[in-house]
Amino acid sequence: MTTTADQSPHLHTPPEIGGVGHSVRRHEDDRFIQGAGNYVDDVELPGMLHMAILRSPVAHAKILSIDTSEAAAVDGVVAVVTGELMAEHNLAWMPTLSGDTQAVLATDKVRFQGQEVAAVVATDPYVARDALGLIFVDYEELPAITSPQQSLAEGAVLIRDDKEDQTDNLAYEWESGDKAVTDQAFAEAAKIVTLETHYPRSHPSPLETCGAVADVNPASGQVTIYMTSQAPHAHRTVFALVAGLPEQNIRIISPDIGGGFGNKVPVYPGYVIATAASLLIGKPVKWVESRTENLISTGFARDYHMKGELALNNEGRILGLRTEIWSDQGAFFADAQPTKFKAGLFHIVTGSYDYPAAHVVARGAYTNKAPGGVAYRCSFRVTEASYMIERLVQNAAYEIGMDPAEFRALNFIKPEQFPYHSPTGFVYDSGDYEGAMRKALGIVDYESLRKEQVTARAEGRLLGIGMASFTEVVGAGNSQEYDILGLKMFDSAELRVHPTGKAILKLGVKSQGQGHETTFAQIVAEELGIPAGDIKVLEGDTDNTPYGLGTYASRSTPVAGAATAIISRTLREKARKIAAHLLEASAADLDWEPGKFFVKGSPDQSVTIQDVAFAAYTNPPPEEEPGLEGVHYYDPPNMTYPFGTYVVVVEVDAETGEWKVDRMIAVDDCGVRINPMIVDGQIMGGLTEGFAAATNQFITFDDDGNCIGSSFMDYLVPTAWETPRFELDETVTPSPHHPIGAKGVGESATVGSPAAYVNAVIDALAHLGVRNIDMPLLPDRVWSAIQDAEGG
Amino acid sequence: MEINVTLNGTQRTDDVEPRQLLVDYIRGTGNTGTHIGCDTTSCGACTVLVDGTPMKTCTMFAVQATGKSLTTVEGLKQNGALHPIQAAFKEKHGLQCGFCTPGMMLTSAALLEENPDPSEDDVRWAISGNLCRCTGYVNIVKAVQHAGELIREN
Amino acid sequence: MFPPAFEYSAPTSVEEVLATLAAEGDGARVLAGGQSLIPMMKLRLASPAYLVDINNVSGLDYIEDVNGHVAIGALARHRDIVNSDVIASTNHAMASAAPWVADPIVRNRGTLCGSVAHCDPEGDWNSVMLAARAQVVAQSSTGERVIPIDDFIVDFFTNSLQPGEIVKEVRVPKYSGSGGGAYLKLERKIGDYATVAVASQIELDGDGKIAKAGIALTAVNNKNTRASAAEDALVGETPSDELFREAGDLASQAANPETNVRGTADWKREVVRVYTRRGLETALAQAQG
Ligand SMILES: Cc1cc2nc3c(=O)[nH]c(=O)nc-3n(C[C@H](O)[C@H](O)[C@H](O)COP(=O)(O)OP(=O)(O)OC[C@H]3O[C@@H](n4cnc5c(N)ncnc54)[C@H](O)[C@@H]3O)c2cc1C
Ligand code: FES
Ligand code: FES
Repeated sequence: MTTTADQSPHLHTPPEIGGVGHSVRRHEDDRFIQGAGNYVDDVELPGMLHMAILRSPVAHAKILSIDTSEAAAVDGVVAVVTGELMAEHNLAWMPTLSGDTQAVLATDKVRFQGQEVAAVVATDPYVARDALGLIFVDYEELPAITSPQQSLAEGAVLIRDDKEDQTDNLAYEWESGDKAVTDQAFAEAAKIVTLETHYPRSHPSPLETCGAVADVNPASGQVTIYMTSQAPHAHRTVFALVAGLPEQNIRIISPDIGGGFGNKVPVYPGYVIATAASLLIGKPVKWVESRTENLISTGFARDYHMKGELALNNEGRILGLRTEIWSDQGAFFADAQPTKFKAGLFHIVTGSYDYPAAHVVARGAYTNKAPGGVAYRCSFRVTEASYMIERLVQNAAYEIGMDPAEFRALNFIKPEQFPYHSPTGFVYDSGDYEGAMRKALGIVDYESLRKEQVTARAEGRLLGIGMASFTEVVGAGNSQEYDILGLKMFDSAELRVHPTGKAILKLGVKSQGQGHETTFAQIVAEELGIPAGDIKVLEGDTDNTPYGLGTYASRSTPVAGAATAIISRTLREKARKIAAHLLEASAADLDWEPGKFFVKGSPDQSVTIQDVAFAAYTNPPPEEEPGLEGVHYYDPPNMTYPFGTYVVVVEVDAETGEWKVDRMIAVDDCGVRINPMIVDGQIMGGLTEGFAAATNQFITFDDDGNCIGSSFMDYLVPTAWETPRFELDETVTPSPHHPIGAKGVGESATVGSPAAYVNAVIDALAHLGVRNIDMPLLPDRVWSAIQDAEGG
Repeated sequence: MEINVTLNGTQRTDDVEPRQLLVDYIRGTGNTGTHIGCDTTSCGACTVLVDGTPMKTCTMFAVQATGKSLTTVEGLKQNGALHPIQAAFKEKHGLQCGFCTPGMMLTSAALLEENPDPSEDDVRWAISGNLCRCTGYVNIVKAVQHAGELIREN
Repeated sequence: MFPPAFEYSAPTSVEEVLATLAAEGDGARVLAGGQSLIPMMKLRLASPAYLVDINNVSGLDYIEDVNGHVAIGALARHRDIVNSDVIASTNHAMASAAPWVADPIVRNRGTLCGSVAHCDPEGDWNSVMLAARAQVVAQSSTGERVIPIDDFIVDFFTNSLQPGEIVKEVRVPKYSGSGGGAYLKLERKIGDYATVAVASQIELDGDGKIAKAGIALTAVNNKNTRASAAEDALVGETPSDELFREAGDLASQAANPETNVRGTADWKREVVRVYTRRGLETALAQAQG
C-alpha cells in the first residue's frame, strides 16, 4: 500500500467514473434544488413540543429571583425550565470544548447579554414565545466588562466567581516560539515595524441558525437528538459526559446543515435544555433559535487585539517576529481549540516567510460578552494570524521603501526549503509561494497598475493595490499533538462495496455544504474505479457512521479524505486477490486500471471491479473472508499547508471615505483538486466572507455590554450586488504526505483575503502615511484616516 | 380564520390564526423547502411566488394569502421535469448548503419570466434581496444566466 | 419570530376601511405593505390589537399624472414607482431614490404611502417628498384633508394623522419649468437603511437661474429634515460650483446626526456636505439637459 502523493495533476479516470480532478456535478443537489433537503427545522415528530428560551437583557447581573408562575399558567405551556430545575439534575453547567465550564441556564448570575435564563416548552411556538413575556426576572446589575483591557486591569470585577480557583479574569496565557532568540534578533535589527490592530468580533452566521429536536423515549431510555452539529460524534460523547447518559443510548443525527463555518462546532445550552426537557416531559422537543439568538449567544469568532513587530535588516530581510495577543473570550472560554493550543494555531503567524526567530504570547480574557471564539471558516485562529503577518509585511515594505511584492519575494520560503521547519514548530509540507504570487500579479498586470496608481494620484484619485500571500495550516491533526477534550483528532472512513458493485461510504465528518457526498465519492471512484454516481456517502448519524471529530478547520479532505483513499486502496488489494481467483492468475501478475484488473500483457483477460464485488459475495476465494468492506482510522502524520496570493484593487472616494473593489484576483494552491468546481465554489464563498469582514461585518458592544450587531439589519452579510466579481486561478503543489496530495480548501479564502482587501485600502492611502485602519474599513474610519494624515 | 389558497396548483382551505406568518403556514403544509433565515426580512430564504411575484413570506400573514396562488420550490417542477432554473443551479454549482437555494431559485425564476436574457448586473440586482452565505454568488449568477439560455432554447 | 395575537379584517373598499378604523379606535392600525409593521410585530416592538389590511381594496395602486401633480395611491408599491413611466418622466429625485429603497423583494410589497406614514427618520421617501414639496391626502370617515409634507412629518415615527385617518394618496407637484433632482444614499449594502442620504431638486427659470430648490436629509436628525437655509441660498441664484458648495455647507449645518456604529457625527455631516453638492450637480445637468 502506498501513501505517497501522486505528483501528476492529470486525470486517471474517465468522466464516466469521475475520479479525482473531475468537476462532477454534486449528488446532494438533487434534493436541495427540489426543496427536499432535510434540515433540523424540517424534522417533525408525533407529539412534538416547541421550546423558546428567555435570555438576559443585561450583560452582567445577579439573579435575585425568577417568577415563572404566570408563564406556566398560559394555555398550551407544558413546562417552564429554570436553572434551578436543571441544577436538580446536575445539568445547570456543562463543559466547553476548551475544558472550561459554561452555564446551561443561569442560576447565580448572568454574564453576557443574551445568556440563557429560562425556557418555555409549549404545544405551539407562538405560545412558547408569548409565555416568555410572562416570566419575571429580578436582576441586580453589575458593571459590564467589554474588552480584555478592562478585564485584565487592576481591580476589575471578577466575572467567573463561579470557578473556585479563579482570582482574576484571565482565561488562559499561552506562548510559542523562543523569546530569547527573538529578542536577540530584534536587538540586531536595523528597523522594527510595528502594527497594533484589532481583528473585530465577527460571527459565522450560517443562513440556517442552530437548533435541535430532542426525542427521549422514556420507555427505552433511547435519546435521539437531531441537531445542527458539525461534529456529531464528539457531541455524543459530550452529551454522555454532561448528562451521565450511557453513550450507546445516545444517537446524534445531524441532518442537512444550512451552513456551519464553525458556528455549529460547540455544544449550546439550547441543545442541552431541549434534551433535558424531553427527558422530563417524555415527548420530543424542538428548539430552533432565531437569528438574533444566533448572533447574540452562539459561537462568535475573532475578537483579537493584536500587536505585531517585525525586525528587519537593511536589505529588507525579515529577522524575526514578535506578537502579543489579547483575546476577548466572552464569559466562558468556549473555543474549540486543540487542548495544547490555547490560541489555536495562531503561531502560524510567521506566515510564508523564512526567518529564524519568532515569539508569540497570547492572553485570553473573560468579558461580559457572548462566548465562542470559534474557527469561523478557518483553522483555529489562523485567520487572525494570517491577517497580522500579511498586514505587517506590507507595512514593512513601505518602511523599507520596497515594493510590497518584491519585499515578499525576497523573504518567501523557497520551494527547495520544504519541508520547512518554522520557528514556532510547524513543518510546512510543500509550497511555491513566489509562483502563486507571480501568477496573480501577472493576471492583474501589476506593473501597469502601479503606473496607473501614480497617474491616478496626480489626478487626485486614490487607487490602491493590496495583496496577501497567505499560508494556512489545516487538517488537524496528528494525535501526538492534537486532541479536543482528549479525543485525538483522527478521522475515519468505512467503505462497503455491495454485490452489484455499488458502494456506501460512511464518514465521521459532516458536510454543511462542502459537497462531501460528491467529493468523497470521487476519492473512492479514483481508487476503486467505481463510478462516483454509484457511491452513496453517509454522514451525520452516530449510530451508523464510524467515530470522527467532525468537519471544521478544513480537516475533512486532509483527514477523512485520506482515510477514504486508504480504505479504498485496502479494498482494492483485497479485490486484487478476488480478481486473481476469478482470472485464475496470481495477484502479482495483475495490473490495475481504474475499474478493472487484467493479466499483465493480456488486456483481454480482465475482470471489472463490479465482477469482483459480485464474486466477493458469491464466489470469494477460499482463503479470503467474504464481502468487500472495511474501515480505516487515519491519524495524519502532519497537517497540510494550503497557500496562495490574493490581489485586490480598490478605489477610495477621498471625500467620503467610501471605497470600492475594482478587481479581486485569487490564486490558490490547495494541492491536488478533487473536484475543481467545488474547490472554486469554496474559494468564492470564502472571498465573500473576507470581503464582508473587511467592509462591514462586525459585532460590537456599547459600554453597558449591549450587543450591537444582533440582527441582519446590523450584522451585514453582503448581497450579490456588493460582492466583488472574483477572478480565480490556481497553482498545484501536492501535499507530499497526503495519500492523494490534497490539502483542504474550505477556508483559505476567509483566511487570506481580509488582509488583501485591507492592504489595498491602506495602499491607496500609503503615500499619505496611513499604515493602519482597524477592520471593518467603514467609510468613516477611512475618511478619518485621510483627515488625520492630511492634518498631521 | 378560514383561508383559501392555491398552493403549487392545488386548492386548499385551512383555518389559521391571523398572526400566523405565511412562511409558517407554508412549512406547516409539509412544504419545508421554504426556509427561515432571519428575523428582519433581510435574507429572502422564505421567498415564495405570490401570484407570480416574489414575496418574503416571513413578512406576510397567512390570512393575506387567501385567494392567491403560491408557488414554492416544491412547485417549480412542471410535469415531472425540473424547471430550467433547478437544472441550471445544479449544472453551474449555484448552491452549497442549499439553505438559500429555494428562495434564490424562485426570485430568479420570476426575473427570467420578465427577462430571459439578463446581464450579470441584472441578475445581481434582482437577487440582492436574497442572501447566500456560502457561494459568493458568482455561480448563482452563472446559473441564472444558464437557465435563461435553457429557456430561450425552448 | 412570532408576532403577538391581534384581530384582523381586510375590507375591500376605502369606506369599509375607514368605518372599521373608526369603530376599532386607538388599538387599530392600517396594514399596508407590512414591510415595516410586521417586522416590528415580530420583534414585539409593536402589538396592535387590530389590523385593518388595506391590500384588498381595489383601485388604490395608481400612479397618475393629474394636471400639475402626480398622484400616488396608498397601494402603489415601491416597485411600481421604480417601473413607472410617469415618475421617470416627471421627477428625477423619485426615480433615483426608488431603486435604493430596501431590496427588490421588499419593494414588491412595501408602499410609498406606508413609508411616508411610517415617518422613520432613516426612511428614504420622506426626504424625497420634502425636496419635491409633496402633499399628503388624509381621509377619514368624516372627510378628507390635504396636508403639506412639512406638516405631516411630526417627529421620530410620528405623523400628524388623526385617529381614524389614513393616507389615501400622496401628491408630488410636477416641475413648473425645467427641473432635475437626485437622491444620493450612502448605505452599507442592499437592504440597508440610509446611513446618510440627501434628496435634492431644483427648477430653473427662463434665465437659467434657480427658481425653486428642495433639499432634504435622511438619517441625520430625529426626522427627515428640510435644509431650508441651503434652499434659500440657492433660490434666485445662477448655478455655480461655488453656490453648490455653499449649499452643501449649509445643508450640513442642518444635520444633527449621532455617532453610532455606522460612523461618527462629523463624518456624517461631511457626507451631507458632499452629497448635497453632488446631488445638485446632477440635478443641474438634468435641468439643463
Ligand atoms: C429589509 C428591509 C429593508 C428596508 N429598507 C428600507 C430603506 O432602505 N428605505 C426605506 O425607506 N424603507 C426601507 N424599508 C421599509 C419599507 O420601505 C417599508 O415598505 C415602508 O417603510 C413601509 O411601507 P409599508 O407599506 O410596508 O407599510 P406598513 O409596514 O404596512 O406600515 C407601516 C406603518 O405605517 C402605517 N401605514 C401604512 N400605510 C398607511 C396608510 N395608507 N395610511 C395610514 N397609515 C399607514 C401602518 O399602520 C404602520 O404604522 C425596508 C424594509 C425592510 C423589511
Ligand atoms: S426569513 Fe429572512 S427574509 Fe424571510
Ligand atoms: S448555499 Fe448556503 S446559503 Fe446559499
